[in-house]
Amino acid sequence: MASLLLAVVLLPLLGATINGLRAFLNPHAPKNKGITNAVALGSTALSALIAIYIVVSSAGHPWQHTYFEWIPAGIGHVGSLMSSFSVDFAFRIDALSSTMLLIVTCIGFLIHVYATGYMSHETGYTRFFTYLNLFMFMMLLLVLGANYLVMFVGWEGVGLCSYLLIGFYYDKHFAADAGKKAFITNRIGDFGFILGVFLIFNTFGTSDYEKVFALAATGGAAQYGWIATAICLLLFVGACGKSAQVPLYVWLPDAMAGPTPVSALIHAATMVTAGVYMVVRSNVLFRMSEEASLVVAIVGAVTAIFAASIGIAQNDIKKVLAYSTVSQLGFMFMAAGVGAYTAAIFHVMTHAFFKACLFLGAGSVIHGCGGEQDMRKIGGLHKYMPSTHWTMAIATYAIAGLPFAAGFISKDEILANAFGYAVPIWIVGAIAAGFTAFYMARLYFMTFRGSYRGHAVEGIEESEPKHAGHDLIPDQRHLDHGDAHSDKAHGHHAHGHDPHESPLSMTGVLWVLAILSIVGGVVGWPAALGGPHPTTFQHWLEPILLPIGGQAFHFHEASHALEWTLMAVSVGIALFGVFLAYRLYVKRKPVPDVLEPRLGLVHKLLANKYWVDELYGKTAIAGTLALSRLLWWFDAWIVDGLVNGVRHLTVIALGYGSNLFDKYVVDGAVNGVAWGAKGGSMMFRRAQSGLVQNYALIMGGGIVLIALVYLFMKP
Amino acid sequence: MPSTAQYLMLSGTLFAVGLIGVIVRRNMITVLMCIELMLNAVNINLIAFSHRLADLQGQVFTIFVITIAAGEAAVGLAIIIQLYRLRSTVNIDEVRTLNG
Repeated sequence: MASLLLAVVLLPLLGATINGLRAFLNPHAPKNKGITNAVALGSTALSALIAIYIVVSSAGHPWQHTYFEWIPAGIGHVGSLMSSFSVDFAFRIDALSSTMLLIVTCIGFLIHVYATGYMSHETGYTRFFTYLNLFMFMMLLLVLGANYLVMFVGWEGVGLCSYLLIGFYYDKHFAADAGKKAFITNRIGDFGFILGVFLIFNTFGTSDYEKVFALAATGGAAQYGWIATAICLLLFVGACGKSAQVPLYVWLPDAMAGPTPVSALIHAATMVTAGVYMVVRSNVLFRMSEEASLVVAIVGAVTAIFAASIGIAQNDIKKVLAYSTVSQLGFMFMAAGVGAYTAAIFHVMTHAFFKACLFLGAGSVIHGCGGEQDMRKIGGLHKYMPSTHWTMAIATYAIAGLPFAAGFISKDEILANAFGYAVPIWIVGAIAAGFTAFYMARLYFMTFRGSYRGHAVEGIEESEPKHAGHDLIPDQRHLDHGDAHSDKAHGHHAHGHDPHESPLSMTGVLWVLAILSIVGGVVGWPAALGGPHPTTFQHWLEPILLPIGGQAFHFHEASHALEWTLMAVSVGIALFGVFLAYRLYVKRKPVPDVLEPRLGLVHKLLANKYWVDELYGKTAIAGTLALSRLLWWFDAWIVDGLVNGVRHLTVIALGYGSNLFDKYVVDGAVNGVAWGAKGGSMMFRRAQSGLVQNYALIMGGGIVLIALVYLFMKP
Repeated sequence: MPSTAQYLMLSGTLFAVGLIGVIVRRNMITVLMCIELMLNAVNINLIAFSHRLADLQGQVFTIFVITIAAGEAAVGLAIIIQLYRLRSTVNIDEVRTLNG
């Protein structure tokens, strides 16, 4: 079983290696897509099949296997204890990693299939699949690692793959910039994460999950009170970076510069949920620190409403989905913060289904409309793209939180828990859910209803600067335009043609994901609707919620009447949002956006994303630049001045002085020794007469002398 | 059977004769013979004590000394012959190129 698990991880790496070598040896003409497909799809499919077999046969029983001792660093002091720092390269299978393993391998495989259709006209086809397979490998390391350091390798690895794939169109300036932005923003988070891991090792003397959590659970909050808070906050900084939470969310919307399957796989379904996975994995530590949990809940709630409000005013179809992802990730952290760890993972799963479906649907729209991403220039697509339309409609239904779809069940579980934790957080979450329903309905109506506007508004690009959303600082405009360009580079149809439906490899995947978006919630069917308590999903994940200090974990429980009320309220809010979008967008031509005159300044605020990028530009980035200029000045004048001054001093004073010193003192000493030796030897040479018998006489005299001394001076 | 002291006296006398011969004689061959004399004085000493202490180690040493003495005589005579061919003399006072 352990070697099978290793195969799950190594197969994508093997695929990446083969395709990588092929792309490297023959960069411009990887014509043979058949081999690329066979390698990439074969490795991920096999990996997914083995993963399913492992999960089914393990059935939630935790086990872990050490493959080799990775960092045997000997013995050292840890706190007051002597401890040996040794990290094993080990994988762990339990309920949590099984869930993530299935999400990553199965969604990953589906998106690989989709990408064969979507990327079919691209030049870097083999390179793309190399990166995608490498990403799978790193993501599997992340979720399967049995200690924080193996997780960290995967954590950094997925960051690298994210960077490579965002910058996939590396000859486009905006894509390269977006890649760098993602990477650098993530570094801030990673710094916090690794500090958290150091602190864990310093406190517990190991980084192995099993041992850390066992120690923490026996010690309890009494023993590790404030240090647990510190660890959790540092880990959460890492989660904020990777999972795009306020204030480090800015990279994710720009990450849409990458190809759409990447957005679906990395920036919606898997990588960005790594932070949630990490927080849930560390739930023992988070449960010991109420302060850290409160911070997580507040950051999650703020992110949820903040990003959802921005999503309202975006016109780029992928930008809307990007802000939606940030907002949904906020929901997941809100769940983790209020102690609903199973709800967080449940939402990770359902979100993976419907958000992947939405992104892939958006990709299909872009593919069919010749690379157009501006929702004002498309519309009425239900006539041209029936499969895409229906799957998108289903996924929109799910994410909006309308009854009995997967998104409804997971979101209501989160909101019910939030209500039990603190009513203000529930209010924020409910409003964010309303925003979600509104912007998703807006996206759906603008894209699929009405009539196709691709022919009519050909000249819209020239009028764009009038639109508030594009009245930005120059490089921001680059980014906004950029997204459209990225897939214009991709588009193979001239502007003005009718949209067309995508090939079966894309629509098939869309249908699978759409069905999962509806039925995927069954495993978490709540008790209030006749399900078991705790729900199947909660029961499945219960083993990872270790008891702390002898106190077992309790799932949140509320009266069914209260749950029904909360459900009714959130469905009401969602329906209101959908209705509002229907009123605003179905009958009218949304060019320019009908929201703009109605909301005025607020719209300007939202369309410009609260000017957060500009704020960061003026503070953090300008500050860094100013600091580096100051440091340059310091280097050029103070440090160089010192160095040059010392040089002058050396040349003039010391150089002359050392010449004299060398001439008289050093040479004098050397010659003096020679003269001394010569003079001394003049004296002693007389003893060397060359007469052997003299030597013999002296030797004999010496022996007699020694004998006499021995005789008369006996001790 | 002479006593150990008598053997030692013989040995000491022979050694002194040999040593003086080495120091005062000018002929190299004589010097070499005197060295042999000193070695044999030592041999007598060793055998005397071997007999007195009833320990065969002394006699074994003597065998070694005789062997070494044979080698020494061969090498010494070879040097003297070569020196004679080079300098046409065996007078030790005329061979003093080692003086400082």
